Amino acid sequence: MTFAIQAEGLEKRFGETQALAGVSLTAQAGTVLGVLGPNGAGKTTMTRILATLIEPTGGTAHVGGYDVVREAHKVRQLIGLTGQYAGVDEMLTGTENLILIGRLLGLPRRAARARAAELLDRFQLSDAAERAAKTYSGGMRRRLDLAASLVGRPQILFLDEPTTGLDPRSRNGLWDIVRGLTDDGVTVLLTTQYLEEADQLADDIIVIDRGQVIAHGTSDVLKAQVGGQVLEVRPIDQPDLDAVAKIVGDLAGAVPEVRDGLISTPITDPQLMPAVVRRLDEAGITVGELSLRKSSLDEVFFALTGHHTDDIDAEADELAQSTRQKATDKEGASA
Amino acid sequence: MTTATFAPQDLSKRVAPATAARNILTLAWRNLVQIKHNPMELLDLSIQPIMFVLLFSYVFGPAMEGSVDAYLPIVIPGIIAQNALFAGMSTGFGLNTDITKGVFDRFRSLPIARSAPLLGRIIADTAKQAWSMLILLSVGFAIGFRLETNVLALLTAFALLLTFAILFSWTSVLIAMKVNEPEKVQIFGFVVIFPLSFLSTAFIKSTEGIPGPVAWVMDNSPVTHLVEAMRGLLVGGPVLEHALIALAWGVGICLVFAPLSLRAFKKRA
Repeated sequence: MTFAIQAEGLEKRFGETQALAGVSLTAQAGTVLGVLGPNGAGKTTMTRILATLIEPTGGTAHVGGYDVVREAHKVRQLIGLTGQYAGVDEMLTGTENLILIGRLLGLPRRAARARAAELLDRFQLSDAAERAAKTYSGGMRRRLDLAASLVGRPQILFLDEPTTGLDPRSRNGLWDIVRGLTDDGVTVLLTTQYLEEADQLADDIIVIDRGQVIAHGTSDVLKAQVGGQVLEVRPIDQPDLDAVAKIVGDLAGAVPEVRDGLISTPITDPQLMPAVVRRLDEAGITVGELSLRKSSLDEVFFALTGHHTDDIDAEADELAQSTRQKATDKEGASA
Repeated sequence: MTTATFAPQDLSKRVAPATAARNILTLAWRNLVQIKHNPMELLDLSIQPIMFVLLFSYVFGPAMEGSVDAYLPIVIPGIIAQNALFAGMSTGFGLNTDITKGVFDRFRSLPIARSAPLLGRIIADTAKQAWSMLILLSVGFAIGFRLETNVLALLTAFALLLTFAILFSWTSVLIAMKVNEPEKVQIFGFVVIFPLSFLSTAFIKSTEGIPGPVAWVMDNSPVTHLVEAMRGLLVGGPVLEHALIALAWGVGICLVFAPLSLRAFKKRA
């Protein structure tokens, strides 16, 4: 059995920094593997290794059955890559950008032009086809970038945070495109900071943090693990707080968090909400706020790692500072 | 659950030489077609040389050699050399833009020759260099400069200048790999190339009267040798020794800067 993407113990070290500390993953052909993690988790480094842009300092990876280091040229014939920064030539028109890629992939001039027109049409860029890409909006640029990565009809597609910085409408448009791709049998590896995005698109999700896989499973499995949704109740009268907390706690089967007059608890069963409403009604308690929302990435992280995503940046800063301090100390000692 | 297996596919093991050549030409085309959408670049390649020729000839000519006509045989080859050094910075500028914008990553994820993005740019930049030299010579001819040798010598002058420019442009490639903004390549280039081109005989007949150490630097500058060889080829005079020394400098620069650039690039990627 061969996976479309398979990595074992991938490591990457940049000087002092361990960007990847042994990442293993697999993606079945024709599925979307979501790689979820905060900034600096190692998502981009991992993508760049799998897309043959950099070599790992440890571990192995196979894409389409080929080793990304020893058989990089073969891997490149199977993949498409859309990076965090749209890799389009801003000076060229949409058409020229796609013709350029087509020609580089060995298409004859006429075929490259036809393929460009076809992709521009598919991504609703036909009207802007003859305009320089620098005049495109952010969403249009991403679509052109994605189109560029599809010129060669890749079997495996790497999308590195394809919707970061996009407005909700453009994001939904891009999601539709990704869904369409898997219908064609393309395997997609998608990195994202958004739980919702992984939830919407991915068949399988791995969560990475500080260069390591900390959770792995389908969206449902992960949600069950961390609580897919959060129920929040705010009683109008402060004295009702304890009574409400008891009702919510009874139904959810866990002690809820009470903070600033707001009671919140992670839940996995959406049917819980009507039950809570009934019990509150029976008890004659009026609530000012009652909501069911999806867990944020931060909550998922907190549940999985016990630290908030913000801590990561803070700790990274601290680490950098202590490294600098050490360097200064060393200089001091040698002087 | 279905498990798709990747059947052995008909994939090539490496880039064939013919494919590599085509990749390079495609990328050279890409760098030249940009001009169509950014006519400013063409102006930049044309206006600055024209301005330099006119300003130097009419402002400094009479003071230097008594007349504009007498100064032209000195200054035209000099400006051609200086312009080539400045234009060489555009190689680094373009590379840095590609890297910071992610275009380079896209190219490197394609099954194309590894050297194609760089060589494609160098070829396009060489074409731009040739264009600038043509403009410079044309303006020179318009105001009285005359070729005193022959067409073969003129073609040799083009070949020498372009070869030196390609070798020298490796300095800007290294800078491009080290800095994080394209503009910094230009600033750095200006700071280095401005003194480098003036500390030569590009705008003067000889270093006579210039204080000893400064004159020594000027006499041994690769730019001086390039300029002297260009003068010899365009208006007559010794060529071979100057040309060989200039090319030796160029090869030396390339041998030092190319490996450093590749190392810097690997570190950066």
